[in-house]
Amino acid sequence: MLVLFFGFAALLVVCSLLVVLHKNPVTSALFLVLAFSALAGIYLLQGAEFLGLVQIVVYAGAIMVLFLFVIMYLNLQHDVETGVQTAVRRGIGWLAGAALLLVATTLLRRGWALGPANEQVPAMEHGNVAAIGKVLYSRYLFPFEITSILLLVAMVGVIVIARGRARTAGEGAR
Amino acid sequence: MTQIPLSWLIALSAIVFTIGVVGVLVRRNALIIFMSIELMLNAANLAFVSFASHLKSLDGQIFVFFVMTVAAAEVAIGLAIIVQLFRLRETVFVDEIHLLKG
Amino acid sequence: MAALWNIPAVQVFTWALVKVLIILQVMLGVVSYLIYAERKICGHIQARTGPNRVGPLGLLQPIADVLKLLFKEEFIPAQANKIIFHIAPMLAVFPAIVTFAVIPMGPPPMFVVTDINVGLLLFMAMSSLGVYGITLAGWSSNNKYALLGGLRSSAQMISYELAMGLSTIPVILKSSTLSLVGIVEAQAGFYQIPGTPVWLPNWGIFHWYLVIPFVIFLITAFAETNRAPFDLPEAEGELVAGFHTEYSSMKWALFFLGEYMNMIVISSIAVTLFFGGWHGPGPAWAGLVWYLAKLFTLLFFFIWVRWTFPRLRYDQLMAFGWKVLLPASIVNVLIAALWLYGKGPN
Repeated sequence: MLVLFFGFAALLVVCSLLVVLHKNPVTSALFLVLAFSALAGIYLLQGAEFLGLVQIVVYAGAIMVLFLFVIMYLNLQHDVETGVQTAVRRGIGWLAGAALLLVATTLLRRGWALGPANEQVPAMEHGNVAAIGKVLYSRYLFPFEITSILLLVAMVGVIVIARGRARTAGEGAR
Repeated sequence: MTQIPLSWLIALSAIVFTIGVVGVLVRRNALIIFMSIELMLNAANLAFVSFASHLKSLDGQIFVFFVMTVAAAEVAIGLAIIVQLFRLRETVFVDEIHLLKG
Repeated sequence: MAALWNIPAVQVFTWALVKVLIILQVMLGVVSYLIYAERKICGHIQARTGPNRVGPLGLLQPIADVLKLLFKEEFIPAQANKIIFHIAPMLAVFPAIVTFAVIPMGPPPMFVVTDINVGLLLFMAMSSLGVYGITLAGWSSNNKYALLGGLRSSAQMISYELAMGLSTIPVILKSSTLSLVGIVEAQAGFYQIPGTPVWLPNWGIFHWYLVIPFVIFLITAFAETNRAPFDLPEAEGELVAGFHTEYSSMKWALFFLGEYMNMIVISSIAVTLFFGGWHGPGPAWAGLVWYLAKLFTLLFFFIWVRWTFPRLRYDQLMAFGWKVLLPASIVNVLIAALWLYGKGPN
């Protein structure tokens, strides 16, 4: 079990680094797909079966396909950037990242303990999906409905934004 | 089944989040910046799921469900904006999109 | 060695490995003869005999085809992205084969490699991953026609994926489980239509609220596997050969293999969800025979449809997927949910 976790964690970290470092956007996108798959593996190890597979369906299967579509549509090539200014900017970026990591590890090193566990956990005997369903449609019904309206707004927004300005003038009532 | 120690999971989440932050600061391609933002969101999701499994509560998993949905909506709109920006400015490098004109 | 065998994890792993190898070899054989069957059936539909030269009745034709493909020279376009060019065919085949791990081909636990709680969701995940092989093949060939074919095909696949997922929800509502073994077990036995003396097998298709979801699933299955009448992305007349224009020899064979493997997997899932899986008259161990019989019937139907209907144009295809199938599957979820809620827990 721990071996699997180390494997997935190493894959996740390596792929995330390659996403950030690689010059070609398509290769970055593919490494991100691999990173998401490793993350789905970690979710499965934690017993979150529904989330692990939904991660693959939504993130790796839909969102990254959208990224790849846009990259191919815009026909992006390798990023070429050279010069002292770029190197200075990159150096500052890496320093900021290192500082953030230092802060995070310092916070982790202090002694901290988990709070009390939640007693109102629905039983998981019918499986993870049934338990999530029970909680989602009872306690979290309102956020669920609001999220569906959010998705509707997003869909309408995407169609309006991506359509462009010139065509809306000529369309009239459709 | 031995459970994975919580501190390791949170450390992994912190590392992936930091890599995402570095990505946003270092890269100038708008799409790569967007991908780094997705990395950060996923690192937060990992933290939620780890706490959900250690506290034996399902609230973390429900929240991850909502984060995934919102991230999907955000990616769709963000990419539509980038495509529209590309049509106007012929570039996706955020350094070259610095005029409010047009 | 005996001590190693006593660990239950090792036993489970070894048995799963044996089953995986058997399924892999058998399915590869089925794919080659499916290609032969398609050519024969296509020939007879078009009032001619199919291949009949190589071996008796042309039965050795697939072997001749494979040997030819193995020995062909392979061309790689000069400006193509070499790594992705090589990986794309593998990505097209891999999701299809992974889904075989959760399909029950006979009474469990012997005839299923592994039974996970979320088997149907694994199928949806793998069909989402199937888009990558085609998209990357189209892009990495550095060829306009291939890129267009690849983008069109992936747009088609992700559009119809939604309707496919939604059309399986009435089945889940009926069986109350996402596990494929559980879904098959919920279709055991017979049930009487109340008020009439008619007894029907408890298969999915014989419940009235699952008929239209089955039709929607079948139509989206045609679209997901890029088969006619939705095969514009690989149409020879329109796009040279679509996303696999630049692929030759074994890589093209892998795409072909992936397409047929996808067809077999989706037919297996349709059999599992709507036709009672391995249930059939006779002893329980004959379940494998019934499963294969149903699978081959559905595959024959796939081949039959391909050579009967004309191709849909791309805008007709997209309009159909988004404006007809998606609302229809949503309405079906509503109808099935209301009916099952009104029937009460049984």
